Amino acid sequence: MKNKVLRNMLIPGIVAVAAVIVPAILIEMNVIDGYTAQIITLGGINAIMAISVNVISGITGQLSLGQAGFQALGAYAVILLTVNCHIPLPISIILSGLIAAFFGFLIGFPTLKLEGDYLAIVTLAFGEIIRIFLVNLKDVTGGPNGKQFSTIFTTSLDHGAMISYLAIIGTLVLIIILLQNFLRSTYGRAILAVREDSIAAKSNGIGVFKYKMTGFVIASFIAGIGGALYAPFIGFIKPDLASFNNSINHLIYVVLGGMGSVTGSVVAAFVLTGLQEVLRFLKDYRLLIYPLILIFVMLFRPQGLLGMKELSFVKTWDKLMGLFKKKAAAKIEVKGEDNE
Amino acid sequence: MSKDNDLLMKINNISIVFGGLCAVSGFSCDIHKGEMLGLIGPNGAGKTTVFNMLSGIYKPTDGQITFNDRNGTLHILGKASPAALNKIGIARTFQNIRLFNNLTVADNIRIALHSDRKVNPLDVLFRTPKFRRDEQIMTNKVHELLTLFKMDDCYGELAKNLPYGKQRKLEIARALAANPVFLLLDEPAAGMNPQETDELMKLIALIRKQFNLTILLIEHDMHLVMGICERIVVLDYGRKIAEGTPEEIQKNPEVIKAYLGGEAAGL
Repeated sequence: MKNKVLRNMLIPGIVAVAAVIVPAILIEMNVIDGYTAQIITLGGINAIMAISVNVISGITGQLSLGQAGFQALGAYAVILLTVNCHIPLPISIILSGLIAAFFGFLIGFPTLKLEGDYLAIVTLAFGEIIRIFLVNLKDVTGGPNGKQFSTIFTTSLDHGAMISYLAIIGTLVLIIILLQNFLRSTYGRAILAVREDSIAAKSNGIGVFKYKMTGFVIASFIAGIGGALYAPFIGFIKPDLASFNNSINHLIYVVLGGMGSVTGSVVAAFVLTGLQEVLRFLKDYRLLIYPLILIFVMLFRPQGLLGMKELSFVKTWDKLMGLFKKKAAAKIEVKGEDNE
Repeated sequence: MSKDNDLLMKINNISIVFGGLCAVSGFSCDIHKGEMLGLIGPNGAGKTTVFNMLSGIYKPTDGQITFNDRNGTLHILGKASPAALNKIGIARTFQNIRLFNNLTVADNIRIALHSDRKVNPLDVLFRTPKFRRDEQIMTNKVHELLTLFKMDDCYGELAKNLPYGKQRKLEIARALAANPVFLLLDEPAAGMNPQETDELMKLIALIRKQFNLTILLIEHDMHLVMGICERIVVLDYGRKIAEGTPEEIQKNPEVIKAYLGGEAAGL
């Protein structure tokens, strides 16, 4: 029993640390060039946004079409907090997440009491409101021209790529671990119950509104963090970040990866971000590839790549060990026969 | 029987109106501790609507329901939510099974144990020993319930993959997980064959004894209702038309008229 607990913590822990440290060293040693490093890191940000959409749409079961609005909130908040209020970057990233979460709370409060797709309509409008605010509040946000933001991520030519990678993929891994812990607990099950059948959840003592709210606030927080990491990494943001198109892009990762599968949407985010770069030679025609992929996935695997399942390193490990044991046993048998 | 201290629930003249339709009007009934009460009536008589009002899903337009919980505290169920009613000891099942389909059998029951949690979100995020202890307690309770229902072999199965009869049983097991005093069963035998129905009757009698339950049962299977209920209430067109022991109900001309029509009853 103790052994199992230890194993369940060790295997994902080692994989997580390796996923953060090994590529960072490779980037620093220039084995992975700056261009590839940047794409992987951007994939990390998209993965954070995909998780955000998945928490609200796949896991809580409430469609949101405005997660990009929360991302933009986080991105502008982090700039204002560091540049105007002189708060150190790591702290302002967390604060930006909290600001986005607070806006999530404000929007969720009236809408999540209703049944049906009202959240989709309201978040769609919210994204647009944020975008128009950002365009018009020229003094604070720089208007349509956007805002420059130079931090150690972009200014340090030698180590910038490595630092961005460490910060962003490190955050992504941390979010995945904490979220998995949360979801595989009594709170996570309560949220899933709301998605599965809200009337049955109510009758079994689950406060439906409270857990819809929890899901939405967590999703907004993660989107805020995604934006707060995006701004220092790219070094320049404009109001388009809050656009509807951007929200839909995040939703596509989730639909492809599997609604309700955190790991699935992370994989989809990395694959699609990479694909966009690989297909550069097609010029504008690469925009045709996205819908094609979507159509094929909907035809042949409508539940998404992973459906509602999660990739589990522990289970993979167990399977591998099982295979090895079988092989070892077979070898011993063969040897035994030889001896005879 | 009519002493106040063995009264579990007093339903006083409740009505509910949907638009212009009065689904239940002026329904009154006393439910006593430990009894098994049947609620019958032709299709569309308003039985499930009464259930939905007792479990908080609908709010009565008019009238009052009071409920004595385990500790003898009197609750007035007017605007209380279903979740709040579940916490004071009212649990129910549904006519058209409502399980959490994409979750395992064990998780279905664990969800109903949510109110018993002793952890806070921080314990959960960082997997403290307290979290593990809490999960272990829940797992033990799930096994206990599933063993009672002879379903322990389905522990890790997805609820949607269970055969129909087991889905019905799982719903009852889930309702029991919250440790209720008052259990509302909405057509538990619907779609079951006679053998399964017999098994179910035995199971209901068993859990009633073991959990010291008061049960209100909607059922169309008269064999089942007459077999296990001590008292029966009959609804027709949203009104209570009769109340009494199974023998009295079987002879009641109003009831025969409701089920078979006026001419057949010779009225």
